[in-house]
Order: sequence, then structure tokens, then C-alpha cells
Amino acid sequence: MTAASSTTAQLYDCRKAFAETLEALAERDERIVVVVNDSIGSSNVGGFAKRWPERLINVGIAEQNMIGVAAGLANGGKIPFVCGAACFLTGRALEQIKADLAYSRANVKLCGMASGVAYGELGPTHHSIEDYGWLRTMGGIKLVVPSDPWETGEAIKTAAATSGPYFVRISRMGVPMLNHADRIFNCETAEVMHDGNDVAIIANGVMVSRALAAARALEGEGIRARVVSLACLSPLDENVIVEAAKTGAIVTVEEHSVRGGLGGAVAEVVAAKSPCRMRMLGFPGFLPTGSASWLMEHYGLTAEGIAVAARDLAVRK
Amino acid sequence: MKLEPAERMTVSETTVARVRERARLIRRSALEMIVKAGNGHPGGDMSSADILAALYFGVLRFDPKKPLDPGRDRFVMSKGHCSGAFYSALAMAGFFPEADLASYMKPLSKLNAHPCSAYLPGVETSTGPLGHGMPVAVGMAIAAQIDNAPYRVFVLTGDGEQQEGSNWEAGMTAGHRKLSNLTLIIDRNRLQQGARTEDTVGLEPLADKWRAFGWDVEEIDGHDHAQLLRVLAAPATPRHKPLCVIANTTKGRGVSFMCDQAKWHHGVPDAAQFATAMKELEA
Repeated sequence: MTAASSTTAQLYDCRKAFAETLEALAERDERIVVVVNDSIGSSNVGGFAKRWPERLINVGIAEQNMIGVAAGLANGGKIPFVCGAACFLTGRALEQIKADLAYSRANVKLCGMASGVAYGELGPTHHSIEDYGWLRTMGGIKLVVPSDPWETGEAIKTAAATSGPYFVRISRMGVPMLNHADRIFNCETAEVMHDGNDVAIIANGVMVSRALAAARALEGEGIRARVVSLACLSPLDENVIVEAAKTGAIVTVEEHSVRGGLGGAVAEVVAAKSPCRMRMLGFPGFLPTGSASWLMEHYGLTAEGIAVAARDLAVRK
Repeated sequence: MKLEPAERMTVSETTVARVRERARLIRRSALEMIVKAGNGHPGGDMSSADILAALYFGVLRFDPKKPLDPGRDRFVMSKGHCSGAFYSALAMAGFFPEADLASYMKPLSKLNAHPCSAYLPGVETSTGPLGHGMPVAVGMAIAAQIDNAPYRVFVLTGDGEQQEGSNWEAGMTAGHRKLSNLTLIIDRNRLQQGARTEDTVGLEPLADKWRAFGWDVEEIDGHDHAQLLRVLAAPATPRHKPLCVIANTTKGRGVSFMCDQAKWHHGVPDAAQFATAMKELEA
């Protein structure tokens, strides 16, 4: 466990770390190819396309085809990284993800770009706040939600080095670089980023830095909150959840629908193995018009909102 | 470049005879499996048997002992519900013991009603939901194109299956990339689950549609083994486009009472019907 975690003041776009890591891997491994649906710019793979045009397969605006093509490329010995807006990549091609990738165990890496509510005022058609539920119920596909540039790079390296399908959720919402101390990234164990036994906050993706800020604020009030970064929703580190439940109170925080996502995954373990009070923070469903930052504030997905929920739960337990 | 007319290519009589015999055995085997399982899709099994026999016993280059050999030709059975015929062809080709066919659809069998590539050697990708095979086959053909590898990719779809839009997405990609190493075979039996294709959502002019998507098209008799071999075994090199083979077939072919009947899309023959069918499929 790490001590109180520091974060940088500067904010980073995780797509940059994604692109740099992918290019570094592609330099050493010519099996790596990129598949896009006219999404070169939005996926930040313009550099890859320039360096390896023959390894960039643009299938046009055709997501079902894109997933199948990637499965075929994997069958032919390639390691395809499929890059597209998370909302279209998952929802539009869900049956292909299920049958061609997860069920067939195809060695395909899905990179869901501008995930969650990053597209803000473009509206619910462009939000991707159902993907945890859709993908984690399938099994057979690893579901990773990095919290910062370091974890993004590590997730991409792990996906490239491990056979089988992955979905890596890559936000474009600015996040600070977190202090991971001596953490060695893996999909089997979650990371405890802040110690505490009064209440546990379990978060992932862009919510981790906000959860850490909430924990620091609560510390000033004498409330010690544990912060767990649950980057992998499938497979799920059940031990870290059972340990968190021993605090007697868990707040889950996700840039996702509160139905069937991270909170749901945690609740399944808590209900079966170690019941405790829970509060789930996230989105209720289709969202009204608003920028990404407005939506996050409106629904309490801020350090302040998390602190309110954690304080409330800690004093009631 | 213009296609070499299929009629001018020679196919040995021995190969034709081998394929004809295998097709007969595939039909018998599929019907036995369906009767034992009490479930299945005999109509499509019978209409695709000759195509599968031609592919596995006259066209595809593979080593069943090395099912993942990188240089193998790929075949994608997009009409995954016709697994009776498909599994029979795979077993006869040596991918797994023919005795395993008796486990078709039984609890814990690797022979699910719809093939799974994670379980069964020789199955390149899992199919069952329609319209999945074409994009995967296109991806395989692109991989070969990138590597300049000589293997070929074949995919068999049903004709009703052509109503799935993913076929046309993949068809556009293949046409755009001029994937001459790719061959699509359409089992054109003119019947889908509930009715005739043309009374459901018409496909015609099907050949013109594929030509418009940048493909070469050949229309053949899908039960004529010599024609199947001439067209499918012809080298891909003279072509600069993917090839669509519209194989005109009869649903239920080989079993008189099943022929051209939508009701035999799925169904299980009773004892008397099974005896009649097996008699008709004697050598």
C-alpha cells in the first residue's frame, strides 16, 4: 500500500500516452497493426499512419465490419489495435465483440476513445456510459480503465504482450499523473492508492484523481478514506473488494451509468462475500445537454461530491 | 484482366469422383447427426454439401495435424447453422475423429449447433449469428496482403444471410482493397428460414450488386462438382478483384422430400423419412 498519494498539477490527455506507447511497441513488433473507422485523428494514430501506412487499416465508417476485420487480421497472425470512439466501437458492434472476439478468444485489442461523457454536449448518442456493463457481462474480454497516462501506457503494453481480447477505455478528459509508487501494472490485482479504514472509495479511470482529492480533503476532518483504483473490471480483483468491505462502507465512483458498471460489479462481490453499506456514484442514464465538465459537476462526480458521499457513509456506519 | 473461362480449365476425373463421393457421405453423416441430436438444419446442410466437399477435398491447402499452420488456406463457414455438413467435412478431412460426430449437440460436446473456434480445430472463427463471416474473411485476406503471403481465403454465406448489412460493409472494404485472394461463395438455394428470399427481401440482381461493389462474379451450378472445382481451384493470381461465386443450389438437395421446401430449413426426419433419405443417398 502506498502512503498519501501526490498528483501533478498539470493535466494530460491519455491519448498521447496511448499513441506513444503504441508506436514504441510497433517499432519492435511488426505484427502490430491499427484498425480504424475513419477515426485516425480522434484516436491520435496519425503518427502511426504516417510511419506504417501499410499497417493502418481504415475500413471506413463500418464498425461491425471493423471488429470482424480485426478478428481476421488476428487469425492471420497480426495484433490488431482497433481504435474508435468508444460509443460506436462497443454499441454498434456488440455482437461482433461477443462472437468474433470474446467467444472466439481472438487476439484483438479494442481501444475505446473519448469514452464516458468526454463528448459532453454532443449528447447521449456520443456518450459511452454503458460499456462496462455490456463488456463485463460477457466474460472472455479483459476490460481495463486506466486512470492516467502511466496506467494507459502500461495497459497497452500488457494488452500487446498477452493473448486474447482486451477493451481499454481511453479518455480525452485531462487527468493528472498519479503517484503509483512501486506498482507493477497487472490485470489481476487492483491498486490501493491511499490508506484508510473509515470508508473505502473504489474508482477507476478519470475518477481516481478525484477520489484521491476527496480522500485528502476528508483527512483534514479526521476521516481516513481508503482509495482503490479498480482499473480492471474483468477480471475483477475480488480480494481488494472484500478487504474494502471490512471498512464497513464503500463508495463506488464511475464515469458510467450506475447500473451494471463498476458499482454493480463491486456490489455483486459485497453482497455475496462481505455485505456492507454502499453508495454508488455515477450517471442515472441518458443525460441532458451539457459539457463534459458540467455533466461531471451536475452529477456530483467531483472531489467534493465524492467527499460528501464518503463522509455521510462513514459517519452512519 | 479478364478471367480465364472456367470451362477451359481442366479438373481430373479422379478429383471430381472423390468430391462427389465425399459430398454423398457428408449428406448421410449430417442426416445421421441431426436424427441423433433431434435438432439441426438439414435443408442448408444438403444444399451446401457439394460446396464443402469441393473445398475440403479438392481446393483448400491445409494439414489437419497443424490446424494453425500460418500458411494454410482459410475457410470461414459463415452460415454456421449448417454445422451438420460442416463438421462432417472437417472430420472427414481429419481435423478430429469422425466418431466425435456422434456427440453433436450433446451436453459438453465440442460440437455445438454453431461452430466455436475456441473449441474445435479447423474452425477459423465462431459463427452462428449471420453476417459475421465476411468481415473476418476480409481481415484474413488483408493479413495475407500485408505479408504478401500466398494463402487464399474462402467464405461461404447463405443467400438469406446476404440481407445482413455487415456483408456489404465487408464487401466494400474487399472491393476497395482489391483482395484477389478472397473468394465469397453464396449458397443460392433461394429459400431462407421462413420463405423464398425474393418474397422476403429480394436479393436480385445479386450478381450485379457484387460487381458494383468491385468484385468479379461467377454464377455456377452449386451441385456440379466439376464446375465447383474449376471455379474455386482456379488460381487467384490472374485476378485483381475479389471473386464472388454465386452457387445456384437446391435446399434439401439429395433427399427428394426435402428439396426446395422452406419447412426443412430446420427439422428432424422421423424414422421412415430417415430411412427414405438414407436409401436415396446410397452409392
